[in-house]
Amino acid sequence: MYRYDEFDARFVRERVAQFRAQVARRLDGSLTEDEFKPLRLKNGVYLQLHAYMLRIAVPYGTLSSRQLRQLALIGEKFDRGYGHFTTRTNMQFNWPRLRDVPEILDLLADVEMHCIQTSGNCIRNVTADHFAGIAANEVEDPRPTAELVRQWSSLHPEFDYLPRKFKIAVTGDARDRAVVKAHDIGLRILRSKDGEVGYEVMVGGGLGRTPMIAKTIRDFLPKKDLLAYLEAILRVYNLEGRRDNKYKARVKILVHEIGAEEFARQVEEEFAKLDGPSIAADAQEVARIAAYFAPPAYETLPARSLAFEAAKNENRAFATWASVNLFPHRVPGYAAATISLKAIGEAPGDITSDQMRAVADLAERYSFDEMRITHAQNVVLPYVKKDDLFAVWEGLVAAGLATANAGLITDIIACPGLDFCSLATARSIPIAQALAHRFGDEKRQLDIGELNIKISGCINACGHHHVGHIGILGLEKSGQESYQITLGGDATETAAIGERLGPGLAADDVPDAIERIVNVYLARRTSGETFIEAVRRLGLEPFKTAFQEKTHAAA
Amino acid sequence: MPLLDRTGLRDDIWVRSEDGASGAEHVIVGFAYLDAALAGNGRGRKIGVAIANDVKASALEPYLEQVELISIAFPNYGDGRGFSIAKQLRALGFKGVLRAHGPLIADQFAYALDCGFDEIDLPDSVALRQPIEQWLAMAGTISHTYQRGYGAQNILDARRAARTTV
Amino acid sequence: MSAPKRPPLPAILLANDLLDGEVVFWTGSAWSPLPGDALVARDDEAAAQLEQAAQAGLAAQKVVDAYLVDVAVDAAGVATPRHYREKIKTEGPTTRRDLGKQAGLYNIAPAGN
Ligand code: SF4
Repeated sequence: MYRYDEFDARFVRERVAQFRAQVARRLDGSLTEDEFKPLRLKNGVYLQLHAYMLRIAVPYGTLSSRQLRQLALIGEKFDRGYGHFTTRTNMQFNWPRLRDVPEILDLLADVEMHCIQTSGNCIRNVTADHFAGIAANEVEDPRPTAELVRQWSSLHPEFDYLPRKFKIAVTGDARDRAVVKAHDIGLRILRSKDGEVGYEVMVGGGLGRTPMIAKTIRDFLPKKDLLAYLEAILRVYNLEGRRDNKYKARVKILVHEIGAEEFARQVEEEFAKLDGPSIAADAQEVARIAAYFAPPAYETLPARSLAFEAAKNENRAFATWASVNLFPHRVPGYAAATISLKAIGEAPGDITSDQMRAVADLAERYSFDEMRITHAQNVVLPYVKKDDLFAVWEGLVAAGLATANAGLITDIIACPGLDFCSLATARSIPIAQALAHRFGDEKRQLDIGELNIKISGCINACGHHHVGHIGILGLEKSGQESYQITLGGDATETAAIGERLGPGLAADDVPDAIERIVNVYLARRTSGETFIEAVRRLGLEPFKTAFQEKTHAAA
Repeated sequence: MPLLDRTGLRDDIWVRSEDGASGAEHVIVGFAYLDAALAGNGRGRKIGVAIANDVKASALEPYLEQVELISIAFPNYGDGRGFSIAKQLRALGFKGVLRAHGPLIADQFAYALDCGFDEIDLPDSVALRQPIEQWLAMAGTISHTYQRGYGAQNILDARRAARTTV
Repeated sequence: MSAPKRPPLPAILLANDLLDGEVVFWTGSAWSPLPGDALVARDDEAAAQLEQAAQAGLAAQKVVDAYLVDVAVDAAGVATPRHYREKIKTEGPTTRRDLGKQAGLYNIAPAGN
């Protein structure tokens, strides 16, 4: 993974010193709250319901054991002994004091981490496929690109006061696991007919109040042009994006209002004026970054591990976990293992400091010291020898992290919702917990198969509800929490926005309603058909009818 | 309205006069009056122009040789359009003075300079809370940034230099 | 931040401490992290005093996000916000009863401790 050089290290330290001074200037009245708020947000500090919240960047979800141990320490020393992984692969602490934040930032800088641009109207933490470097069909590892963009976008003099937040995601695989089409810019690495590697550039995706799927504005962008092209996109957006209404300020609205073609035309016009080579990182710099993401020192192993097969035969729980939580690795004899942070009844994405240390130890011992955080709020050990999987699993069992549900109905994405978030209109975690209990039976989950439920506590859609196979949105209706259910969303390369099934429900009625939807699938699926495939084949109607059975009676 | 640049507070030799009626030596006129001011400029006055931040840089292109100063409005500090306009004007070859006019905060000073501004025309309401020392200090807190083509010091070129000197 | 509308009475004044983030309540003379310390305003005059205290707290860089919240007062005189959001804000996360005020955990020590 990437390591800071002297320049990166100094940059982050200077930002810490700057933030420390900003806090001091807030306290002495130099900065008003209105002035300070965007400054603290740009450094990841929110004021939430009960306390400040600190959002720490985990760039493209890659984390080392040393870093995770430091997060564990911060969680204990300055928080309440736990942290929360978000859908943008960041870590949030829910209880820090503003007065302690500069000290926390110093501790982060010690392990090459920061909170730069994890919030605010600027370019946010760049995300990427969590199976980067592992997936068999990948054209190229997306992380060198993501790291280049991370550096380029950090404290950008021109683009730190955009109309609204701006999110960039990169995938190196045709199979999209980074939800790139729901980003302001989605980059897909591909190979042209003549074998040159470059990017498909998609713009104007986003969830929130007005969900939109990104549109392709450039089928093929040569790699060397990336930074100049990004500069052109951001400049058009900075100048033309709406600033009169915060709900219409995202680039997706601009793209929608003027049309993708016109937007592309403006970008190309600006791009044509730029002197690409004076903006781009030179080839040596690109190579320097890429070298950090070279494959680890894999051993030559047989594809089949006898120890792994024997362990599965002997231990049914392990066999189940292995059948659900492993992802095939391009290197024979290895697997990527998903550590589910969705134990039945726990808050999705939460992890205690003790668990962080346990995971860090396992990564150090069995996965070349590296982890990936996924947008589904789980952790991946990317390079585990099949021979070692049983030992890893035993370690996870001991830490309470061996839940076998990756990709299943209880692997629920949920934002913090009103239990923590000051913007929320309803709670999300209790809904996730109730659904996990309802569907937690292992046999039943396996029978239902792949099904993504995604829950947001308000229209901001941090829980990605629009692209959940089943999406749940918490709202307020006449002073009560009310939950809207959508069906048919898709977060992959076939991205789609879910459609509403009917009127909002009270919290207590949500599990029954979801169960009725799932039962339609179970009754009508054909052999081997997944939930989302069945929804596509059957259309909304049968699900809607089942969903509304009770809602009508109650209304 | 205090005026400051990267060296500190400065006297403002320019007079704002929307329609150019002022008889001053250095006069900043509104964009709508720019043609008239330039046409009637028999006396060799120095002309500057003030623009809102929704004016396109390309609209100013014909005037870049004729105006000595362009003042770009920042209606509030969160509105960053002025940074892009400044960057574009410099890319178009404008060599005169670029002035940011409005309630920026000291924390933005480095960005403004890096995008091509020379000076900030600041309302008293901000200047009273954020004295010049804060501006000068904030301008230097980040010694190198990552973008090429903005300001003097960037990490990419510094890395390249470090490579070639080894 | 524009001044929020005055809610129905009775009401209390709450805010977050600027440096520590803790939810604090106006007692009539100070800010306390204990919900039970909140001064309950029952008429317009008292509510106006709360609004003044909010302004003063903001101006003194002591608190942020100060606003009035309408409450129900039970027979024992305990005030509870009527809206579920503010109720959660004064108690702590419903999913973690071991955290927040409800568990006696504060980011500022209550007076007298
Ligand atoms: S979706 Fe709404 S409630 Fe959930 S974290 Fe985002 S802003 Fe908060």
